[in-house]
Amino acid sequence: MSTTRAERLVNLVLCLLSTRQFLSAERIRGIVPGYADALSDEAFFRMFERDKTELRDLGVPLEVGKTQSFETTDGYRIARRDYELGDIDLEPDEAAAVALAARLWDSPQFTGAAHGALIKLRAAGVDVDQDVHAAVEPKVRTSEPAFPSLLAAVQAGQVVEFDYRRPVATDVATRTIEPWGVVAWRGRWYLVGHDRDRGAARCFRLSRVVGEVRTVGKPGVVQRPEDVDLLSFVATSQRDAPPSAPTRLWVAKGRAHGLRRRARLVGEQVVEGEPGDLVEIELRFPDSAAKWIAGFGPDVLVLEPEVLAKSVRERLLGALSTQRGAEVGR
Amino acid sequence: MSASSERVPRLLALVPYLLARPGIPLREVAADFDVPEKQLRKDLELLWMCGLPGYGPGDLIDLSFEGDTVTVGFDAGMSRPLRLTAAEATSLLVALRALSDTPGMLDAEAVQRAVAKIEAAVGQAQPAGVAVGLALREAPETAKVRDALQDGVRRGRALRLRYYTPSRDEITDRVVDPMRMLLVEGHSYLEAWCRGADGVRLFRLDRIDEVEVLEEGAAPPPHAQLTDTSEGLFRPDPSQRMAVLVLEPDARWIAEYYPVDDVIELGAGRARVMMRYADLSWMVRLALGLGGDVRVEHPAELADEVIRQSTAALRRAEHLPST
Repeated sequence: MSTTRAERLVNLVLCLLSTRQFLSAERIRGIVPGYADALSDEAFFRMFERDKTELRDLGVPLEVGKTQSFETTDGYRIARRDYELGDIDLEPDEAAAVALAARLWDSPQFTGAAHGALIKLRAAGVDVDQDVHAAVEPKVRTSEPAFPSLLAAVQAGQVVEFDYRRPVATDVATRTIEPWGVVAWRGRWYLVGHDRDRGAARCFRLSRVVGEVRTVGKPGVVQRPEDVDLLSFVATSQRDAPPSAPTRLWVAKGRAHGLRRRARLVGEQVVEGEPGDLVEIELRFPDSAAKWIAGFGPDVLVLEPEVLAKSVRERLLGALSTQRGAEVGR
Repeated sequence: MSASSERVPRLLALVPYLLARPGIPLREVAADFDVPEKQLRKDLELLWMCGLPGYGPGDLIDLSFEGDTVTVGFDAGMSRPLRLTAAEATSLLVALRALSDTPGMLDAEAVQRAVAKIEAAVGQAQPAGVAVGLALREAPETAKVRDALQDGVRRGRALRLRYYTPSRDEITDRVVDPMRMLLVEGHSYLEAWCRGADGVRLFRLDRIDEVEVLEEGAAPPPHAQLTDTSEGLFRPDPSQRMAVLVLEPDARWIAEYYPVDDVIELGAGRARVMMRYADLSWMVRLALGLGGDVRVEHPAELADEVIRQSTAALRRAEHLPST
């Protein structure tokens, strides 16, 4: 953009802020420096339309109306109370929180906007120190390919359709959703919304969306229920598993350190000539326990419960038969 | 995004910013706006040409320069910044709310006060449709580790860590110079200079078994760089070995959870993936744990090891005395 355009836009804002009357496009053309450069009416109106769009995109509240009822064309002005950021005064610890919040995002959608917010707060007289030291520095990325289009649909209130892969199903299914919000929870992004096919509220992991997100119908259609708390909706859908029964294992001496970290030593035993320890362990996530234990191969054996011993055995048998039947490139 | 979408907001913010800080050095202004000083001078020259209709000497924005400082004489009616856009308010307020439930955040109460004040100033631009929860599923031991680490970081001390490295299934003691604590993608980390490894390392808190705060001060070398988190914490390392795996639908999560180079759909939910790994024993544990849901196609040493270890494990389980 040329310097003159930026200058023209600043002058336009100052002019419209200073007037109480609505100024017609023609009046503005005569007053604000830069518009006189337009060689024809058509060129001027094109220029003025572009400028109005740009100001609206920046969040400048352009009012359109007539000062007197007999006027034939609409005019423009900016109401100061709609334009100006309200008074704000932050204590040093609050300003430090704001600085930290502004650098939370590693996101093309939010990093720039957070910086813009910071600049406006500083312009309101708040001192926000960039180099504030934080006890913990949280970082949030929005790298899932589906993120930008789902965020846009949420903000536009537009229905979406996408292919979704369920964790254990063999195929993808197309879902049609009225999106209410995007939620990051424990490092993963979810879409929360009304699932039209199931007639109920559901949440979807963005990493399981396959391919493009398609919008359906017009913007402004989706109504988010007022009582829905997006964060708790996702949190309760991802409930922790209950603690399991006590587990006793045999662990070969000096092996499986990752498991020993969480275990309590209760005895010793030699198995198949191999010295080992008997340990007890509390398994917080029983679903993944068999996978974890099977991974240690002959270094860890399950004494009890029997159901865990069985499922570890099944995994090992599965690994063996699958691998034996495989053609391996050598 | 056009250049004006950054420049015009800056121009509109500059006058009220300077009005609140008479006589501020240009260097500080440039730093706050994150632009080179040369660009800032161009912006100020432009503002000097702007003003109220009439555009005479008394109508134009008046800036006076003294040495390297600047003061606003006349603001032409631009005394307050433009209010926040919906996107700006959303990015800031969602981030602040996320901070207030960050584990280990010491001043959650200050965060909540800041949220209330910004909400009040922003007015109707309510953020909607985005929420971030940083609360972790965390064991009590990890909370203790965190307290000890924060104590060391705050006092600027070196730390001795007992750390579990899953890729090698080993526990080692190391002395590190802490740099910062990070919370990324659902995990907490200590970022520190590791003296043994002679480099910056990220230590996941739930893999730290013991922390000792040393009397010695923390002294990361000057060339120790903080990790750029914008591309994720782990980059594929071309020196690592490559495995080719065929995943059944139940093992598809592998491709979400670990960085894989390539995913080829085989139909019916199956996929062939290329996955880099640093340590063979780690890869064997992953494959054994997945049971029949993964088939190793490459390399042969990995496939052989899966067969050898599953055979040995099944045989040894037969020898287990009944309890």
